[in-house]
Parts: sequence; C-alpha cells; structure tokens
Amino acid sequence: MSTPITRRQLVERGAAGLTLLSLPGLLAACGGSSGGGGGELADVLRFSNWPLYIDYDEKAKTHPTLDQFTAKTGIKVEYFEDINSNAEYFGKIQRPLSQGQSIDRDIIVLTDNERFLGLMIDKGWVEELDKDLIPNFTNLIDAQKSPPFDPDRKYSLPWQSGMTGIAWNEKITGPVTTVTQLFEDPKLKGKVTALNGMGDTPGLVMLDNGDDPSNVTDETWNAAVERIQSAVDSGQIRRFTGNDYAQPLSQGDLAAAIAWSGDIYQLLSSNPSLKWALPTKGGIIWTDNMIIPTGGSVPTASTYMNFVYDPKIAAQITAYVAYVPPVSGTQAVLQKSDPELAKSQLVFPSDEVLAKTHQYDSAALNNQDYIEQWQRVLGA
Amino acid sequence: MSFLHRHKGLTPYLLLLPGILWLALFFVAPLGFLGYQSLQSGTFDTGYTFDWAFSNYWNAISDYHEQFVRSFVYAGIATILALLVSYPLVYWIAFRAGRWKNVFLILIVAPLFVTYLVRTLAWLNILADEGPVVGFLRDIHVLGPDGRLLATSVAVVAGITYNFLPFMALPVYVSLEQIDARLLEAAEDLYASKRQAFLHVTLPLSAPGIVAGTLLTFIPAAGDFINAQLLGTPRQYMVGNVIQSKFLDVLDYPSAAALSFILMALILVGLLAYARAVGTERLTG
Repeated sequence: MSTPITRRQLVERGAAGLTLLSLPGLLAACGGSSGGGGGELADVLRFSNWPLYIDYDEKAKTHPTLDQFTAKTGIKVEYFEDINSNAEYFGKIQRPLSQGQSIDRDIIVLTDNERFLGLMIDKGWVEELDKDLIPNFTNLIDAQKSPPFDPDRKYSLPWQSGMTGIAWNEKITGPVTTVTQLFEDPKLKGKVTALNGMGDTPGLVMLDNGDDPSNVTDETWNAAVERIQSAVDSGQIRRFTGNDYAQPLSQGDLAAAIAWSGDIYQLLSSNPSLKWALPTKGGIIWTDNMIIPTGGSVPTASTYMNFVYDPKIAAQITAYVAYVPPVSGTQAVLQKSDPELAKSQLVFPSDEVLAKTHQYDSAALNNQDYIEQWQRVLGA
Repeated sequence: MSFLHRHKGLTPYLLLLPGILWLALFFVAPLGFLGYQSLQSGTFDTGYTFDWAFSNYWNAISDYHEQFVRSFVYAGIATILALLVSYPLVYWIAFRAGRWKNVFLILIVAPLFVTYLVRTLAWLNILADEGPVVGFLRDIHVLGPDGRLLATSVAVVAGITYNFLPFMALPVYVSLEQIDARLLEAAEDLYASKRQAFLHVTLPLSAPGIVAGTLLTFIPAAGDFINAQLLGTPRQYMVGNVIQSKFLDVLDYPSAAALSFILMALILVGLLAYARAVGTERLTG
C-alpha cells in the first residue's frame, strides 16, 4: 500500500483502463504490488491464517512464536487472522490472482478437504517453496509427504491437521458413535447438525456405507448424498454448519453434531459434558496447508516454514491450538512441558486411531456435478 | 471564475460532476461488469466466455423460483411486522416522550452500533431451545413439549424484522415529528374524535415516512441471507443464500450474476408498482 504505482505503470494501466472491464483491475492495482516474487529476503512476513490458530499470550497480547521468529531472523511478522472460510477467502483473492497481481501476502493457509487449495495449485497461483531454506522439511510426518493435490510437496506444507467425527453433549444424549445413529435415532430428531464441507459430511457417510471416501465414484457419491438428503427431509438434520455448531451444542440446543476434533478439545475446558469420537466405521482426516500465493516472497516464507518445522516451535503452537501437528518430534517435546496434552488422542491420535481416518478424494472435490448437487442438499 | 461567468449554464453540471463520477465508478461500472458476466458461459476451471448466454436467466428462474418467492414473502411479512411494531413506538416518542425523545431515539438506533452478524447471533441465544422464550411458549402450550423456534421460518422472519426495524422506525418518526400540532387542535375544534383526527390528519401526514420506511426495510430484507443462514435451515433459504453459494462455493459467477439481476429487476418492478399505487408525491414527501 505504501508503494505508489510508477508513472509508466499508470500510463499502461490508464490505456487499458479505458475499457470498462479493467476498472476493477485498475482499482486493485492501487492497492500496490510491493513484495514481488523476488529472490531476496524481505523485512516483513505477511501471513494470513485462521482465527485462534497460533499460540497467543493473553496477558502480553503477543504471539510468542512469532516474536521468537523475529528475534531469530530479524524479520517482522504482519499476522492477519482474516481467513474464516476457504470459500470466502478464495472469493476475495481470486480476482487479483487471476490478473497476475500480488495479494500482499507471503503465506496463506487453506484446507485440503475443500476444493480451493487444489485449485490454487492447478491454476498456478502459488510460488514454489525454496526447499534449500527448509532443512527442517525432514521433520514432516510420513503420512503427509505425498498428498494427491501436491505429490512432491513442491508448493505446500501442512500447518495443522484435524479429524472430522461426531461430537455429542452428554447431558442430552448417550454416546453417538455411528452415522446411522446420528441420522436415524428418533430421539435425536431435529437436534443434529452436519458440517457443510463436501469432504466432511459426505465423507463420513461414505465410510458408514462401507465405501472408500478417498476414491469417490458416482455410485458411492449418490448413495451418500441420498442418505443425507433423506435425513434432511425427515427433519433429523436441523441444519448445516461451519464451526458455528459449537455454541448450540454446548448450550444443549443440539444433542449431537458432525464436528472437528480441535474445536471440541478447546471447548472441553469450559464444558466437560462435551464428547467427541471417531465413528466406529472411521472418520476423515484433513489438513490445513501453508502456501505462498503468487507475488509473495519465497525466501521469507520458506524461512518461516523452516522455523515452524522445528519441533520446539511446533510444540508451542500445538500447546495452544490443540490440533494434530504435522511435525514429528512434537509429542516428545510436549511430554516434558504438557504431559496431559501429549496423551490426548485428539491431538496425538494413536496408530490405531489413525488407521481409522481417511483422506477425502481431492479430485471429487473439484467435480462440478458433485459441487452443484451438494449445494442443493445444503439448500441453495 | 471568468470561465463560469461566460458559461453560466454549466454550473449545475459541474455541481453534479462529483456525484456522477462517484456513481459511474462505483455503481454503473460494477453493474455493467455484472451484467456482462451474467451472459457468460463456461466453468471456473476452463474459464468463462461471453456468448449472450440468456439461458443463465431462464435456468435461474426455473431452478430457484421457490427461493425468490420465499424471499419476497419473508421480506413482506417482516416489513409489515416492523411497521406494526415501530409505528406505535415512534408515535409515542414523537408526541409523548417530551424531553426524553432523544434518549429513546438513541435506544432505537443503538443496536446498529453492533455489527449485523453479532446481532443475529444474539438471536441464537434468545430463541434457544432451552432459552426463556421457548420455555415460556411451551408453558402456555403455544409450542409443544418438543417445539422449537430456531431453525423455523418464524425465527428467520423475526430476525429480519428485528434487524431492519430501525430503518422503518426512523423515517416514520421524522414524518410524525414534523406534524404541526395545531392541525390536530384544528381537527378537534372541528369536532373530530381522537380516532378521526388520527385517521384523517396524523396517518396521511406520516405516509411519506411509512413509504420511505417500507422501502428501506423491504429492499435489503429481500436480499438478506444472514438470517436464513443462521436462524433457519435449508428449507428457509432465500435467494441471497443461493447467490452466495453460487459465487463462493460453486464458483458459478454467471449464474450468480444472473440471479442478482433478476432479484434487482423484481425489486424494481415491485417498487414501480408500489409507487403507482401510493402515488409518487408520497415517495418524495
């Protein structure tokens, strides 16, 4: 924002700006395009993330690991908690990116069980990571080394992972551990919500149907959607949510909900009657990934990624966010500093639990027919 | 100065210039772009091309007429409710509140100091299944023991009514406040009863406020999607929810643009019919 556009740029854009269509482009250009995908380390790292998704010191009102990063490298961090939904954030950035403009961010974090992360990579709207600057890359856990949307991890690195399962409020109902129970038990009628993500709810239902959510076919997709639709029609499912199921579940308007592991861990401290479990037939595992959007500073972003892949740093973040860390060695560090957390199955799922989790098919996420059918189930 | 002296006729246009430029840049240009987009076809992956795809419009109407109808029904009910609630309220403030007028007006406007989203989220608590409102309605058997308000049309309409109430109340207040009290005295001198004085003097004089309030309430309410999303279920979704999902989730920009244009056109037609029915002089006061 501080860099005024040069006279030459202004003339060039002015000529283009004569046509009505590029007016939005001209306006966006006024936002400045500093930074640039260049090869030099910048003074400032511009980092967009989800709210409450990094360690935070309530008293000092600081993010300790970000301060440690600045102390170590001299790079200041502008930290933005401006991603509330993959779809909305993508909607905001897609226009400048499609016109080859920078969005003034060096790192953004998007989820792999929605279509937008894969879309960013397919469209070429990301910069390649500089692996030479990320020696800690070796700490990436094996399960995350080769995801379908980025098989060689050229463009993305995991930030945190989480599991999709079923949460219930013990004051209202006994354990709810299968999708069948959630969708069909008359005692839960109208007191159930499901997540609006395509990878979450259809994924869980496929597992319950005995199908494989990591390899979706028309047949398994239709079977899942029909089941969800009939649970909507019967009034069993009250509505579809993002993470706004948390409050009604906590206050007892809901008996049970399809829910994310980390949300429930964070709510447990204020409401011990909340329970969360992977359904007996399995659950979904998803990962939020850091990427460098076009125009972001590759060395600066890579330096930061290397920093958070140090298990000592990762452990500080995990201790606060309580999601599943992708950095091996994190549990060992936490066993000393926070043994309670190090034992939690929600944060460090055992191999037995992990064997029951499945990644959702990333190709199915971008299937236009599925997307439209799913939006219809959601009511729009 | 001398330039303006020589071209006196230009002055009004120069005065209009900032406003026209503003509207051209921030209203006409985006609207033109949206119109252009609504006639494109293709997908996000392959890119959209402009080919006069009027089918976007027909498809939007045939697929989503239900949500269009629902939007107008909800907005209509909410507008009427807002009028019924706010008219007696601001009448009392304008004629009876005396020196406390400003305090009460601030109380009406105060909710607007809080973001729209937070206000709507508050209704999640107010209407909660185990909350006081539902509890009371169950006690008096308006709701059955398992009855609820959240996730019903009632909750959505109530949310819309609440959120747009100030936009109804303020214009009505202004028109009531401007009424010359001597006219009411004159009516009484001519042996009008209180009721007749109200019907023949106060009500007609406050009509411009009612018309302005209805428009300010109905138009944004018809395009609202927050209330349906948070307080309703998929069965309560309005056309705003469809547009949001087309834009953000499906990435089908042409359909979203076509839906927006249809909504705009329907509102405009409704507006013209309304203006016809009440007479344009009432619209402008």
